[in-house]
Amino acid sequence: MNALKSHLLRLAPQIVVLIAVVLLISLAFPDFLTLQMQNGRIYGSLIDVLNRGAPVALLAIGMTIVIATRGIDLSVGAVMAICGAVAAASITSGHSLVYTLALALAVGMLCGLWNGILVAVLDIQPIIATLVLMVAGRGIAQLITEGAILTFNHPGLIFIGSGSFLGLPMPVVIWLAFGVAITLLVRRTALGMLVEALGINRRASTLSGVSTGVLLIAAYILSGLCAAIAGVIAAADIKGADANNAGLWLELDAILAVVVGGNSLLGGRFSIAASLLGAMIIQAINTGILLSGFPPEFNLIIKAAIIVLILVVQSPRVRDLSAWFGRSGSREAAVKQEAK
Amino acid sequence: MQGNDDIILSATGIEKVFPGAKALNNVNFQLRRGEVHALLGENGAGKSTLVKCITGAYRRDGGKLVLDGADIDPRDTFEAQRLGIGTVYQEVNLLPNLTVAENLFLGRQPRRFGLVDAAEMNRRAKALLSGYALDIDVRAELSSCSVAVQQVVAIARAVDLSGKVLILDEPTASLDAHEVEMLFAIVRRLKSQGLGVIFITHFLEQVYAICDRITVLRNGQLVGTRDAAALPRRELIAMMLGRELGEEIKQAGNAQAAEGAVRYRFRGYGRKGHIEPFDLEVRKGEVVGIAGLLGSGRTETAEILFGAQKADSGTAEVDGKSVEISSPRTAIRHRFGFCPEDRKTDGIIGDLSVRENIVLALQARRGWARPIPRAEQDRLADRYITALDIRTSDREKPIRLLSGGNQQKAILARWLATNPEFLILDEPTRGIDVGAHAEIIRLIESLCEQGMSLIVISSELDELVAYSRRVIVLRDRAHVSELVGEEVTTSHIVEAIAVADKHEAGQ
Amino acid sequence: MTLKTALASATILAACMFGSASAADMTVGFSQIGSESGWRAAETTLTKQQAESRGIDLKFADAQQKQENQIKAIRSFIAQGVDAILVAPVVATGWDDVLTEAKDAEIPVVLLDRTVDASEDLYLTAVTSDLVHEGNVAGKWLVDTVAGKPCNVVELQGTTGSSPAIDRKKGFEQALSGNDNLKIVRSQTGDFTRTKGKEVMESFLKAENGGKDICALYAHNDDMAVGAIQAIKEAGLKPGTDILVVSIDAVPDIFQAMAAGEANATVELTPNMAGPAFDALAAYKKDGTVPPKWIQTESKLYTQKDDPMKVYEEKKGLGY
Repeated sequence: MNALKSHLLRLAPQIVVLIAVVLLISLAFPDFLTLQMQNGRIYGSLIDVLNRGAPVALLAIGMTIVIATRGIDLSVGAVMAICGAVAAASITSGHSLVYTLALALAVGMLCGLWNGILVAVLDIQPIIATLVLMVAGRGIAQLITEGAILTFNHPGLIFIGSGSFLGLPMPVVIWLAFGVAITLLVRRTALGMLVEALGINRRASTLSGVSTGVLLIAAYILSGLCAAIAGVIAAADIKGADANNAGLWLELDAILAVVVGGNSLLGGRFSIAASLLGAMIIQAINTGILLSGFPPEFNLIIKAAIIVLILVVQSPRVRDLSAWFGRSGSREAAVKQEAK
Repeated sequence: MQGNDDIILSATGIEKVFPGAKALNNVNFQLRRGEVHALLGENGAGKSTLVKCITGAYRRDGGKLVLDGADIDPRDTFEAQRLGIGTVYQEVNLLPNLTVAENLFLGRQPRRFGLVDAAEMNRRAKALLSGYALDIDVRAELSSCSVAVQQVVAIARAVDLSGKVLILDEPTASLDAHEVEMLFAIVRRLKSQGLGVIFITHFLEQVYAICDRITVLRNGQLVGTRDAAALPRRELIAMMLGRELGEEIKQAGNAQAAEGAVRYRFRGYGRKGHIEPFDLEVRKGEVVGIAGLLGSGRTETAEILFGAQKADSGTAEVDGKSVEISSPRTAIRHRFGFCPEDRKTDGIIGDLSVRENIVLALQARRGWARPIPRAEQDRLADRYITALDIRTSDREKPIRLLSGGNQQKAILARWLATNPEFLILDEPTRGIDVGAHAEIIRLIESLCEQGMSLIVISSELDELVAYSRRVIVLRDRAHVSELVGEEVTTSHIVEAIAVADKHEAGQ
Repeated sequence: MTLKTALASATILAACMFGSASAADMTVGFSQIGSESGWRAAETTLTKQQAESRGIDLKFADAQQKQENQIKAIRSFIAQGVDAILVAPVVATGWDDVLTEAKDAEIPVVLLDRTVDASEDLYLTAVTSDLVHEGNVAGKWLVDTVAGKPCNVVELQGTTGSSPAIDRKKGFEQALSGNDNLKIVRSQTGDFTRTKGKEVMESFLKAENGGKDICALYAHNDDMAVGAIQAIKEAGLKPGTDILVVSIDAVPDIFQAMAAGEANATVELTPNMAGPAFDALAAYKKDGTVPPKWIQTESKLYTQKDDPMKVYEEKKGLGY
């Protein structure tokens, strides 16, 4: 019971921000909250947010774990492009869906293994180590697609991008299920605590017998796997692998999602649920901007302004300040929370 | 004796408090004109805190500083420099990508028509360095010079800027014998010019080679100031390690040699550049103490035993069976435990709770797939919080918020939770308050009675004597002597360190 | 081996001795930007095909998006003494020196697909498409097709600030002006990509009464249109019928969509820039005919009536 309460307390800022963003958009665009059934699936802007946010949400799952180890994975956007290309190439050359998916996910994990070895074994700084694949990865993807958009018509593969299950678009089902699965994996086993220990103090963890090297590599493999799933979804969504544009700059959105989720870039304590909320906040802003009808020149400025606002509100200084202004009531609460 | 006007720098009743610890307690220190004064003490004794209070890097919490007859209160190192106190550190803090001359005159370059007059600057640099018998190209980049030359440049700059007091903080640590001699020649010359020099080092030979007087600090307190010529090496070591000669508290108890079977046997165990190969046997229910000065190889011995550093020679046996200890994980599998010396960087996981810190090693040994149930974690944490009297408001408090002594007890709990049979403690009582001190010593004794084998490294000799059946003395990264049973007394340990020291010096 | 070499040398010698009047004997250097898009790949393929069909010896250099590589390639073409040089310049500035070198060596240079900021007498001619005109053709088609009926148009722009986005928007608006029945109700960037095209179209559909208020979509490139067509289908509407779809580029995939009745029209940005260039060069070499400084390629309109499957088959192999 207590654990649940502290969980909700941890997620409170993200939930509040998400609700605020959604309300703000629906003020400008009342239909935003409308949901209806159409062709056996739920249809509406909120579903679009969940659906369009799928790639960033998936990337954010892996990125959360990597950042918790005090690392960062810049290569996920490029790995998306590689895995999308691999899936498209495999399905168009006549392989089965199962084989294609297994191959794409395996390639993603291989990319993660490469990053993990650079970081854990060769001790290269994560930002440099993953930059290698970030730059080279898109080239590899272009080699696979030969520079063109590699299209396919396999209904099974397309289903992953635009099919639906229980009324929800498949990408939504996938990221929700994967998010829950990974959360259970790290929290129902000791992985979560060991990863946090590693991120806070790698040397002390090693001296306590934690296999820090193996854990680090596993974190990057997970990130590669997430990128692979995101890459397959992105390709299936447009029935084609676009090596030039798939996942472009999404590594930054994923990092942003983790940060908006209130996770520290310095590693340690992490919450996957908070990162997923962060991803949805970012996507809600994106969708809101598209619905607003502002000229596209303003897109990035609006997005940046809202995100700066969110980060400022979340910053410890401002929290202290608001606690101070709230004095009696909220300040005591803050102090109590601190004491816990 | 010399008159008062011979004193160039006088510090009286200096106090410095850090959160949870008193780093300096009523310390007095006087430096004369034209003397080289050694400031000695083990890690955490307060040497660098005292120096930082003098140079303004720290603001002191109490006491008086008088330089050249005037009260001073430097707010930062620049002000101290302007007042006349210059400092040179082990790692030269100059700019390697500038020339020698630029480094000498950085921030005060001679100017002409508002521009730096490079020719004039180089000329002056050359003149300045010739005073140090150094004839080098002042236009060369500093990084192209040897460390010794960089050291001299740093000294030249500090003396030229300040000119009254020169503080040398471990200046010889990375120099070879010839370079040390060159440096000493310069120090002697500065001394003859009337400068007061404070010399911090842990090479005792160098102290005797160049210093006039010696001040020893221990645990933030002044032990005493003595003339170097009148202070035998043995006595100096005793001052540093905290035992007045002839004073013996310890008796009986552990005086008899251990009779249990040898459980852990290391033969020819060593690692190049870290610790010379040594032999070591530890019996069931025995505490083996390790003594030695800072840098003698104490921590290196602990790390190699625990697999944190891999041995490159020798064999290890547990209960007569040959084993390979290649990593902490393998050591833990053989039921080893290790409380490291540097709690902050090697011990605690700061943001994790006391509970998580306590269960960490046990969880790591079980593997990630077999999590310790939360109820069991709570039970373990509560048990050790009570048993070791860890003072925390509750078990979910981040461990970094605890005091040093309670952090240390939590780390001990982390290992006790794994039911170790062989526990290595590196300075278990360093930097913790007196109360916790006594508790940890009692704990060591009771663990030993329960049949655990322990290795304890400590620079607190009376502590070592209190619980050790055997004490191994280290010197210059080698095991040089072993005291057993009746021989284990503080004076014997001090003698062993000093004898070894003389032996080395005689070579 | 030696015999072969000797024979080859003899052939070259003979070729030199008899002079070269027809295009068949020309050696042309081609400095291509790279292969950043399918269109670019098709341009490379077509240039090679055109050279081969004319018997031109084409020396191909891929600059991998770097001007310095292009300058190196041009210098090496000059050193090899080619008869002409084709350049698809990666940037507009910094060409004066190397173009002067070519001029001094009396080697004509033809710019493909993009122009440069340099004196006009430094190159023979530039073969490019007119971006404004492309937008105009698309707009005219829409005006004619709706034939006076009221029609709300949504626009998927290219990357904000890029010249194709600016010019294709301008040309389209010019064609629409004076036709009050046509109104651009929403215009947002889709970054020239399928993914963004689909995402932005989804938001257009939501914003315009589930798409019922939209009569036509104008996309600045086919890729965005392909993405948008999927969004329209997923919203339960029929692209091509419920919402007219017109776009620019004429890449193969849009012809598939047209064949399926899901897209209505596309304006070709031809990848065959080399054909007109070779023709101009041949005339110039033959009797010194100086071509105009700008050869505008045709912006051909394709509709569902133009046997889209046939065009698709033709285009498929070009490397799009």
